[in-house]
Amino acid sequence: MSGAPPERVDRAERYEPGGARDTALHVRDLHVTFASEAGPVRAVRGGAFDVKPGRTLGIVGESGSGKSATALAIMGLLPGTAAVSGSVRLGGRELLGLDDRAMCAVRGRNLAMIFQDPLSALTPVLSIGEQLAEGLDVHQSLTRAAVRARSTELLDLVGIPDPAERLVSYPHQLSGGMRQRVMIAIAIANRPDVIIADEPTTALDVTIQAQVLEVLRAAQRETGAAVVIITHDLGIVAGLADDVLVMYAGRPIELGGADDIFYRPTMPYTMGLLAAVPRPDLDRSRRLVPIEGNPPSLVALPPGCPFAPRCPLAQDRCREAEPPLVAHAASDGHRAACVRGAEIESRDLSWSDVFPVPAAPPSKLASVPREQRKVVLGVENLRRHFALTGGGLLRRRVGTVKAVDGVTFDLREGETLALVGESGCGKTTTLLEIMRLAPPDGGRITILGHDVQALASGAARMGIRSELQIVFQDPLASLDPRLPVYDILAEPLITHGWRAAPVNERIGELMRLVGLDPDHVDRFPEQFSGGQRQRVAIARALALEPKLIVLDEPVSSLDVSIQAGVINLLEDLQAKLGLSYLFVAHNLSVVRHIADRIAVMYLGRIVELGDVERVFTRPSHPYTRALLSAVPIPDPKLERGKARILLSGEQPRAGATIGGCRFRTRCPTYETLADAERARCDRDEPELSRRGVTDVASACHYPS
Amino acid sequence: MVSTNLLPDAAERARRAGVQRVPKGTLVARRFARNKPAVAGLVIFALLALLALVGPFVARWGYDDLDFGALKQRPSAAHWLGTDIVGADMFALCVRGLGRSLLIGVIASLGITVIAAFVGTAIAYFEGWRERVGMWIVDMLLVIPTFFLLAIMVKGAAGTSGWLWLTAALTIFGWVGYARILRSIALSLREREYIAAARFMGVPSLTILRRHMIPNLGSILIIQTVLGVVYAVQAETGLSFLGFGITPPDTSLGVLIRAGSSTLLTAPWMFLEPAALLLGLSLSMTMVGDGLRDALDPSSASAGRA
Repeated sequence: MSGAPPERVDRAERYEPGGARDTALHVRDLHVTFASEAGPVRAVRGGAFDVKPGRTLGIVGESGSGKSATALAIMGLLPGTAAVSGSVRLGGRELLGLDDRAMCAVRGRNLAMIFQDPLSALTPVLSIGEQLAEGLDVHQSLTRAAVRARSTELLDLVGIPDPAERLVSYPHQLSGGMRQRVMIAIAIANRPDVIIADEPTTALDVTIQAQVLEVLRAAQRETGAAVVIITHDLGIVAGLADDVLVMYAGRPIELGGADDIFYRPTMPYTMGLLAAVPRPDLDRSRRLVPIEGNPPSLVALPPGCPFAPRCPLAQDRCREAEPPLVAHAASDGHRAACVRGAEIESRDLSWSDVFPVPAAPPSKLASVPREQRKVVLGVENLRRHFALTGGGLLRRRVGTVKAVDGVTFDLREGETLALVGESGCGKTTTLLEIMRLAPPDGGRITILGHDVQALASGAARMGIRSELQIVFQDPLASLDPRLPVYDILAEPLITHGWRAAPVNERIGELMRLVGLDPDHVDRFPEQFSGGQRQRVAIARALALEPKLIVLDEPVSSLDVSIQAGVINLLEDLQAKLGLSYLFVAHNLSVVRHIADRIAVMYLGRIVELGDVERVFTRPSHPYTRALLSAVPIPDPKLERGKARILLSGEQPRAGATIGGCRFRTRCPTYETLADAERARCDRDEPELSRRGVTDVASACHYPS
Repeated sequence: MVSTNLLPDAAERARRAGVQRVPKGTLVARRFARNKPAVAGLVIFALLALLALVGPFVARWGYDDLDFGALKQRPSAAHWLGTDIVGADMFALCVRGLGRSLLIGVIASLGITVIAAFVGTAIAYFEGWRERVGMWIVDMLLVIPTFFLLAIMVKGAAGTSGWLWLTAALTIFGWVGYARILRSIALSLREREYIAAARFMGVPSLTILRRHMIPNLGSILIIQTVLGVVYAVQAETGLSFLGFGITPPDTSLGVLIRAGSSTLLTAPWMFLEPAALLLGLSLSMTMVGDGLRDALDPSSASAGRA
């Protein structure tokens, strides 16, 4: 079990007797080391925290910070090749060192876990009832009838409609949100003392996320369990956690109450995170502050504070020894691992003092009003229907999926239009339809004044292609792993007939333009970090000097501190080059930060379209209101005091036909209407129309 | 054509002399050279190829000369590797047989890989009716009695050109099943975003196949080419054994191994010598294949230590 080099345990981190009695989970000096070709990877170095019953601890950190390894070490689910040392006490009982048989009695009974991906965490060949019963039978001896009654009760508790009938359903018959509810039901089945939730809502849409977090709160109330929630989303932590632990490079670097961490952070890394995260409640005048550099490799860590190379406050003594997690302020509960902690505390420094806010370059088109700018992309009544074919030899058409069903918008020079909505609302289909440059099923697409339908010759199409480029979500998937960066960047240029000499020069320019070292052109995509890879993808999109760039979730695969740099780069490029962006995102905080206009989509149609500030501050469509209220704000007071509009149910499948307004099945306004008023929603499909003098249009019969 | 106004400032503009780069071939060669077994395999393969090329000029006997004074002789000064039952020089025979087997194996294997890679990825890449027609043709080819047609083709062309027909026949009938496997692997490739990105850039379909689809099947193709050499030599041996392959006076490793196996107890060198050459050929090809796969795969450890 040992193997990690023993590290000096600091007095403040040492196990305090008496403290363990009323704590549900007590972790001290936890070390996890994995073996790798390059040497031992020290994934967790000195994890230490307590969680009391009924309280919630949020563990935040970027990828590779050791948060998931901490959770798996507590659960005893790490592979045998990993070395784990330290102390994990569950209600006074030491868990580390227990064999698998003894751990089995603890897992599921006293200690439960909720995983990120509910599809792979549930067994596809067993019904939900069987999986719930399995968890109950292992730890309790109940009669069949009692198991059934308890299972039904659990499903009801997590908000699954018709629980008794649902017991015979299989995981694939449920949506993602429903599956995560089942996971929570299984986790709380035996009333555990501690629930560990590892990114429980990362795979879900924002409206479903709000529902699931509500269920998690209910489950905690019901069981009185201590909850450890692991997430990268500061907004979720702000809403749920009583205490927050910030991890960096495998080490806890700041621990305190939620208010301490969010309003009085001590460690510069915590400040950096708060400065880098875009907020849904603030407009884009506040520029994001990226943290320079990348997290260190956990293989050969240099001595000293792991954050020192990226820290604006770093001094020589920061590089000598790793600072212990100690209290710097009056309250003992707030601790930070920073040698300058006391100084930061006494001078009351905040992120704006520590991190320099990068200056925004002036926009070329700032002075030109929107009406006078050229229309770069016009989409009129766009339709894209997919045939739903039955199985069997004849492949009969059994229905139609109206993925995009009458979408109209225009995008002008130098502006950003964001398409938002839940997954399956048709935003990606709209993008691909535009990128295809083929005549659409219905409607019209015009790019720079050219009607796509009228593009007869291949040459004309190639001409348009050079004006229209795309950046995908995951740069690792969108860059050919077999090609060095030089060839990746040269591809669009050579395709469009450039000769070797200007190509070479242009590649040097592009690398500098996106802030990469031109000498790195021989590297393969895998040798770059996530943020750098996305910069390569952006450079490739810029190669032909396009007018319009389509951005498909360009920052959602990046960590917060890296994401801020890429968002700033996109803003700078737009200001410098006068680009237009069509931006698809599910993260509404990012949208508020980067977009000028927003189009909210629901089931293949735009329900609200207009200026970002207006839509965010005064949404008129009930769906927009619900969507916006579901976005977690990284500010504990605002997040807890916020009025949430929880939508009932989930977005119907795209194949479903709903007469009248498509949103009426989930609409909170519809429920408050009188029957006579409802008839209009049932009968007429509302058209997207302007309200008053504003630029905002919404598709609702009864807008607010 | 190149705009300069994109550059942030004058200092940057001064540095604007393009970029230095190492060509991809050099990168792959460097990574290959770091892999010691692969280099050893390449050396063995090069020596075998050299033996096949230069051997006929240094041998004292031709492969079709018979020394009736030395039947079934052990290796000696006169006959370096001994003689067979009719007094032919084993060194000359082995060199000739190695050359034939090498040619047949390498050409057939390369041909199979190239045809299968293009057809397999093309069927996967072009969706819709082209995919259905392509799959139908491939499935039809699979049910043709290959062995029968192969035998007819080779039998029809006797004499010294027989090996060419054999190679062509092995290639023509060898790629079908393999193309089917490659197509199913390529199905997941065509959904990758870099393929979509290339399409949206306007890259022609054939270029996408050549630059993005086929190289990303690289390791599979390389293993296939290497094993394909062994497969082709084995197919040749089997056909020769039944009298449909290489026929005397021409010879090949397969013919020699068959001849040697009948005198394994009385004159083991007749079997061991061609068998050792075949083993060396297969082993070296495997080592080269492994090294190439690692050199072409950016995720492997061939980048060396930092």
